[in-house]
Amino acid sequence: MAGIAVSTTINGDNIEYLCQPDETLLEVLRDRLGLTGAKEGCGTGDCGACSVIVDNRLVCSCLVLGAEAEGRKIETIEGMAHGDQLHPLQQKFLEHAALQCGICTPGFLIASKDLLAKNPSPTEEEIRFGLAGNLCRCTGYDKIVRAVQDAANVMKGA
Amino acid sequence: MNFDPRFSGRKFSSVGTRPIRPDGVDKVTGRARYGADFNMAGQLFGRILRSPHAHAVIKKIDTSKAEKLNGVKAVITAKDLPDLTDGDAAMYDILDNCMARKKALYDGHAVAAVAAVDARTARQALKLIEVEYEVLPHVTDVDEAAHHHAPLINDQIFTEGLEEKPVKPSNVTKRTQFGHGDVHKGFAEADFVVERSYKTEQTHQGYIEPHACVASVSSDGTADLWVCTQGHFVYRQHCAQLLGMEASKLRVTSSEIGGGFGGKTHVWAEPVALALSRKAGRPVKLVMTRDEVFRASGPTSATSIDVRIGAKKDGTITAAEATLRYSCGPYAGSWAEIGAMTAFACYKLDNVKTVGFEVLVNRPKTAAYRAPSAPMAAFAVESAIDELAHELGMDAVDLRIKNAAQEGTRASYGPVYGPIGIGPTLEAVKNHPHMKAPLGTNQGRGMACGFWFNFGGQTCTDLNIGMDGSVSLAVGTVDVGGSRASLSLVAAEELGIDYSHVKAIVADTSSLGYNDMTDGSRGTFSSSMATISAARNAIKVLRERAAQMWDVPVDDVAWEKGHAIAKGEKYGNLSPLSLKEIAAKSGTTGGPIAGHSELVADGAGVSFATHICDIEVDPETGSTRVIRYTVVQDAGKAVHPTYVEGQYQGGAAQGIGWALNEEYIYGKDGRLQNAGFLDYRIPVCSDLPMIDTQILEIPNPNHPYGVRGVGETSIVPPLAAIANAVSNAVGVRMTHIPMSPPRILAALDAEREG
Repeated sequence: MAGIAVSTTINGDNIEYLCQPDETLLEVLRDRLGLTGAKEGCGTGDCGACSVIVDNRLVCSCLVLGAEAEGRKIETIEGMAHGDQLHPLQQKFLEHAALQCGICTPGFLIASKDLLAKNPSPTEEEIRFGLAGNLCRCTGYDKIVRAVQDAANVMKGA
Repeated sequence: MNFDPRFSGRKFSSVGTRPIRPDGVDKVTGRARYGADFNMAGQLFGRILRSPHAHAVIKKIDTSKAEKLNGVKAVITAKDLPDLTDGDAAMYDILDNCMARKKALYDGHAVAAVAAVDARTARQALKLIEVEYEVLPHVTDVDEAAHHHAPLINDQIFTEGLEEKPVKPSNVTKRTQFGHGDVHKGFAEADFVVERSYKTEQTHQGYIEPHACVASVSSDGTADLWVCTQGHFVYRQHCAQLLGMEASKLRVTSSEIGGGFGGKTHVWAEPVALALSRKAGRPVKLVMTRDEVFRASGPTSATSIDVRIGAKKDGTITAAEATLRYSCGPYAGSWAEIGAMTAFACYKLDNVKTVGFEVLVNRPKTAAYRAPSAPMAAFAVESAIDELAHELGMDAVDLRIKNAAQEGTRASYGPVYGPIGIGPTLEAVKNHPHMKAPLGTNQGRGMACGFWFNFGGQTCTDLNIGMDGSVSLAVGTVDVGGSRASLSLVAAEELGIDYSHVKAIVADTSSLGYNDMTDGSRGTFSSSMATISAARNAIKVLRERAAQMWDVPVDDVAWEKGHAIAKGEKYGNLSPLSLKEIAAKSGTTGGPIAGHSELVADGAGVSFATHICDIEVDPETGSTRVIRYTVVQDAGKAVHPTYVEGQYQGGAAQGIGWALNEEYIYGKDGRLQNAGFLDYRIPVCSDLPMIDTQILEIPNPNHPYGVRGVGETSIVPPLAAIANAVSNAVGVRMTHIPMSPPRILAALDAEREG
């Protein structure tokens, strides 16, 4: 099968790849580009572990085709820190121990970043509903919510 | 054991602090490598064909068309995994579960597998495999399966543990019994007796990371396996035995693990991946889909439990008994036995009897799930205790305090308790502000207790001191939730150095001696014991080296706060030598400095928790929300309190899901109806409140720092605590978990119709 040629921007870099018509963006990121930070927890858009931001919109990359990335701007977990400077959300997730096994963490960080971009001062309820598309089985979400609250405060002060 | 493991009551400088975990940055940047994040040059992609039938004879498998598809490099069936188990029934069951041999025993049972150049080709190849089945009658309900005219799942099984050996085969594989005293006498002395039957549905551990591995078998008979597992040494043993390899020739590396909760203590696809790699002569990557995870891995038992408890007017329990039936999937297990052991473990009882029945059903093989079997037994018993309190007109906490087990109590399952935390958790709950907070309309409050044994087991660690004075700690217990941080704290504590100078890793099976898996809440308990022992062995070497550097007798050298100290006035001029200074000279004082430890970590202190929960029921829809939740649990000593809190919160959240939503739903055709996270709904962020925690520290006398395991007990009380809360809110005793909206509405309707 001939592949589809795609030109896109990932974490600010111009990237070109060939993919099959039925290949998901998640498969492209993980298997073709080696960006394994986005995880496949379900493949059906129910767990949020593969969350990425496409043109400022939070999506499950398992529900986007690789071919649809043409001409778009994609942000993944690999682009969240600047060099060795962690994003405030990353730092607060560490400080609050908002992860145990960590498999859902990239998805939560991306979803939290998107949430705070749209609502810099969310209430606890807004955080809880804003992150309801991401499953975590380890933490009971308590420390995740606190980390996002803390990061929001830091980012407002910055 | 070459060191004194008893509790010493020392003051701590590192232990009890809350530093950032050593694997943290990798996990927030996406750099950490989990099971599916590893790749090898030339690797193939494996896929498994699974039975669509709950129970069927496999008459014929034709793989010829699949083999001819371009890009397919290997196709295997049970024939490629010959039986090498040599009469070991448990291993045979593992083999049969990995690849069905004569019959498919559940919807999702593996029957064949392929390895191809890419995942797409592998998926296509599965469609070309032709399997001829003879479909048999099936049974998926635990009570129906225990009935004498249920379809037989294995006609070679005759119930064990009966007084007379049965003449007919049965789906009930084993009867077990625990207890002491005379329950007949006890019930005769009772003024009040409550008696009720309970059911719980099957749930899945629900780890977000599906099972994943990469297997690479060489033609020289050696192999590598990269896998997400809770126990790479156990996986090595099982895989080596099933494939006829020497264990030392199979090197297993545990990846970062994306949740396990007991579900990654069993091999499923790993022997299949190895067999595919062996046949294809190339590495094979095998990753389960979420559908496969639900249909073919994991779940806990469904249960049916009868409880009877009698008490005097003053609240003294005079007798308690329970009959517990647990589903095992299609293979023998000991799940009801564990339930029967834990059921009444919180209480001081003169007359107690529990009987467990293991029941085969056409569902996936039951796997451990966090304090396996205990939550269901606690649901039944703690519901009955609450009902007894109502009958007696006593406060539910006071009734439990009156009957709580203490140091010296003979547990219902046999042993005599040392210092334990059930009484203190109950007292803490009695005095907790949560218990006094007002409740609104349609709201109810419940509380319940829970017990778990905890486990120690075989453990081995290496502690190596570099020439720059930094410390590498290699442990063999997989880190499932922050144990590298807690073990680094322990190494720092014992050596007297800063946490930042210790780097802990999980070593592979060829680099360290055997370790049992991370189960039974043993990760931090057992590996901290081995780390302390290894550190003390290293300190012995450090003292010897300092003595050599000073040219003084080693007996005159002590170790204090990370330094060798020469004891005695005659050494007044000698300044202490730091670990770093001694390490810097190690090349000329005898070579590398290290401490090793191999031990069986006996004496895992038992664990108790008491939970409080407030819920609100919508009487129109039956929907229930948890609005406030408090966990009180004994940690012995909290090594890293933040991660201890995390274990308390996570267990409570899983229990909340189990209590209110989660269940395996089978159709009449024996097929799983909800094999996905959309229809098998685990709690999401907006379903839960903050989960408050209170850590109690009743030192475990068998651990030098007093540590107890903390990982599992937190899932034991929630089912009962929430059932008690809902029952209090709606005025109807809830006896069937999960308390999903339809079940709550049905209970309300039944109550209205009287």
